[in-house]
Amino acid sequence: MSVGIVGYGSYIPRRRIRLGDIAKVWGADAESYERGLELHEKSVPAKDEDTITMSVTAARRALLRAGIDPAEIGAIYIGSESHPYAVKPSGTVVAEAIGAVPALHCADLEFACKAGSEGMFLASALVKAGEVRYAMGIGADTSQGAPGDALEYSAAAGAAAFIFGRENLVATLDAQSSFTTDTPDFWRREYMRYPQHTGRFTGEPAYFKHIVGAAQMLFEKTGTKPEDFAFAVFHQPNGKFPMRVGKMLGFRTEQLKTGWLSPWLGNTYSGASPMGLTAILDVAKPGDRIFMVSFGSGAGSDGFIFTVTGRIDEVRDLAPLTRKQLDTNKMYVDYGTYAKLRGKIRLAE
Amino acid sequence: MITVTTPRLVREYPSRYRLEAARCQQCGAVVFPRRLVCPGCRGRSFETVTLRPEGTVATFTVIHVAAPPFRHEVPYVLAVVDLADGARCTCQVADVAPSEVKIGMPVRLEFRRIQEAGEPGVIAYGHKAVPAQ
Amino acid sequence: MTMRDVAIIGVGMNDWGELWEDSLRGIWAEAALAALADAGVDRVDAITVGCMSGGLFVGQEHLAALLADEIGMAGVPATRVESACASGGLALKAGFLEVASGQANVVLVTGVEKMTDVSGEDATAALATAADQETEVFFGATFPGLYAMMARAHMARYGTTPEQLAAVAVKNHRHGLANPHAQFRRAITVEEVLASTMVAEPLHILDCSPITDGAAAVVLADLETARRLAHGRPLVRIAGIGHATDRIALHSRPDMTTLPATTAATQKALAMAGKTITDVDVIELHDCFTIAEIMVLEAMGVCPPGQGGTLAPSGRTALGGDIPVNPSGGLKSKGHPVGATGVAQAVEIVTQLRGEAGERQVAGARVGLTQNMGGTGASTVVHVLEVVS
Repeated sequence: MSVGIVGYGSYIPRRRIRLGDIAKVWGADAESYERGLELHEKSVPAKDEDTITMSVTAARRALLRAGIDPAEIGAIYIGSESHPYAVKPSGTVVAEAIGAVPALHCADLEFACKAGSEGMFLASALVKAGEVRYAMGIGADTSQGAPGDALEYSAAAGAAAFIFGRENLVATLDAQSSFTTDTPDFWRREYMRYPQHTGRFTGEPAYFKHIVGAAQMLFEKTGTKPEDFAFAVFHQPNGKFPMRVGKMLGFRTEQLKTGWLSPWLGNTYSGASPMGLTAILDVAKPGDRIFMVSFGSGAGSDGFIFTVTGRIDEVRDLAPLTRKQLDTNKMYVDYGTYAKLRGKIRLAE
Repeated sequence: MITVTTPRLVREYPSRYRLEAARCQQCGAVVFPRRLVCPGCRGRSFETVTLRPEGTVATFTVIHVAAPPFRHEVPYVLAVVDLADGARCTCQVADVAPSEVKIGMPVRLEFRRIQEAGEPGVIAYGHKAVPAQ
Repeated sequence: MTMRDVAIIGVGMNDWGELWEDSLRGIWAEAALAALADAGVDRVDAITVGCMSGGLFVGQEHLAALLADEIGMAGVPATRVESACASGGLALKAGFLEVASGQANVVLVTGVEKMTDVSGEDATAALATAADQETEVFFGATFPGLYAMMARAHMARYGTTPEQLAAVAVKNHRHGLANPHAQFRRAITVEEVLASTMVAEPLHILDCSPITDGAAAVVLADLETARRLAHGRPLVRIAGIGHATDRIALHSRPDMTTLPATTAATQKALAMAGKTITDVDVIELHDCFTIAEIMVLEAMGVCPPGQGGTLAPSGRTALGGDIPVNPSGGLKSKGHPVGATGVAQAVEIVTQLRGEAGERQVAGARVGLTQNMGGTGASTVVHVLEVVS
């Protein structure tokens, strides 16, 4: 029996900040940022939201679609760059909240922006190995960009959760690949508040090299071509890069559009390509094939090929759709409120 | 005054994290969080029920002067929520402008950070109400 | 067991306010000594102390023994009583039972709270321990917040208005002008109340009783002893006591616009005294927030449910009206040192019944009632006092 996705869920916080409101404070030209990055606004977590709370909500939505007993989940992996604790897993809180304790394996993951797809990679592999019946992989982040830095315009918040198993699949997992090198294009040292990045080096030697590498591994493994797929989704740190790498690999805009959330969501880091996948599953038809490649600085890419099954039509409406969360019920905040919510203002001891 | 202590937080997971309540097998009252004795009929036997996270606002206020753990969150909405399964709880209402909260407003419960024992301390999670869409 | 009649033979309190120079022991001793002097006794058989939280405010528990020693009475059996803001009223009940049962002849009943050594925020947190820590306070409930939710429910159901709430504060401030012990002795207007800082909607800061340091004391004696010590002053006895509790968490009550413990306690006290509410000439009740006075008057049957908001604006509950409420200024103007309040209510009613209330005297008062409430009404004790002929 194939392994695949049994249930999926996403969560996007309601608050947004427009790029123009960030640019105004730092004396930057909003228009050139918006054009250059192809980003217009991004999601902002409330003070009572973090990687754990978003993961719990996304996990509960995945359970609604999966329709399984949470006690049968044998592993939970949350990948994030913004785990609330440096030591003490986020995954165990989710496990308690959904009632998966105590019979499960749990570990928190970090690999910059691909920690979420890492969780998916490991969860599906554990099911494939026959070690557990169901396993959950979650990508969630409330990442920080240093004030005034380019990354402040894109660092956003969101979560996507996937339950893998062998029964009642909404999509089969047909192939996986992983392309990894030691490439320090972006990092954060222990105890430092904000990450550092290497400017233009984050492009061709990092993002493009690894995505293309993992994509080519997938094409070779499965003997497929871009035309075989209804949808493709890539890591989306801004609006520009995923479109460019998609076209480089031979995909057309129509295939890339559905999973392309970043212009209005920002970069949800470990949630980025996983959330794109949820947006695709929200509209995909049975038989559609999906091509997904993540990217995490440091660096590496995980590739996946999925085929949607007939069950998707039965369960997609059991939880909120991703685009609906992105496009409706937005609450805009100004930069002062944003700085307060993101803990960028030094408070009294 | 320390009240966010780890042993207490862990004890409270069933009600705090999983919304587990107890239905009295004698009179049907839903007790949340669970107790040894039914406040309605003094019965002693219960079955565990997981509350559906939906309800409506029964009454509310907007708090402008808060105790230290919540001082930076003012103004925030505190409400008594009538839950779908017949229990009631007190919680904050999040993700809404205070002026838009009304008695009777439909809400759902969502997992959120409630407070923490200082920046280095344990984080206490629970539920807040958000407007149902 | 037959219960003996119990009289109040002495009263005393200090001037309430923010008393930076005085400690908890100091203000307690001042009130205790004043009551003993007023009673004309210098020895007692027992002491009771009502105090909500010496621990959270000044780090001191074990108050009863500490304070007995403070006035040179180490050795006398002394008991600390606590039920949040009803601590004082229950200290009075505890003292009453000692005398009524024959355990003691003369008992010093006291209440005290020293609240201003800690910051306002820490005082708020300490007061919140009267609510349900696990299901209310954990989520951010404060005392004003809980009463505010009751107010909103009352307003939604009965159309009670913010102006009607404010009228309670205005009335009580006017009464407080004539009380030399009151914390605030200044008149306020409805407009000032509505313009004051919002604490928890719809309650403004002037809808809320203040944070206060203060103590109050009364001396109880069996009627025989009391007659010997009366020296011509009118004798006042405790004719009835009623005490009831309710579910602590506001959300666990079927009706959030009523105070069933107050209703039950009032009925029991009146029945024991052989009286009805219309026999009562003067009332001291627990106006921790303006809405509380409104809801308590409805609960006691002074007016029908939902009509409580009309009483202050109509003048009926003012001095000179047909049922004066809180002639002392109430908690709002006199102050609310939590553990002392219930005892101070008795101090006021005794003073009224003796005809010694000066400019705030209710003419011809012979029967008075005190209502002391803890939390959002989960503990209530009512005392009915009357002049003994």
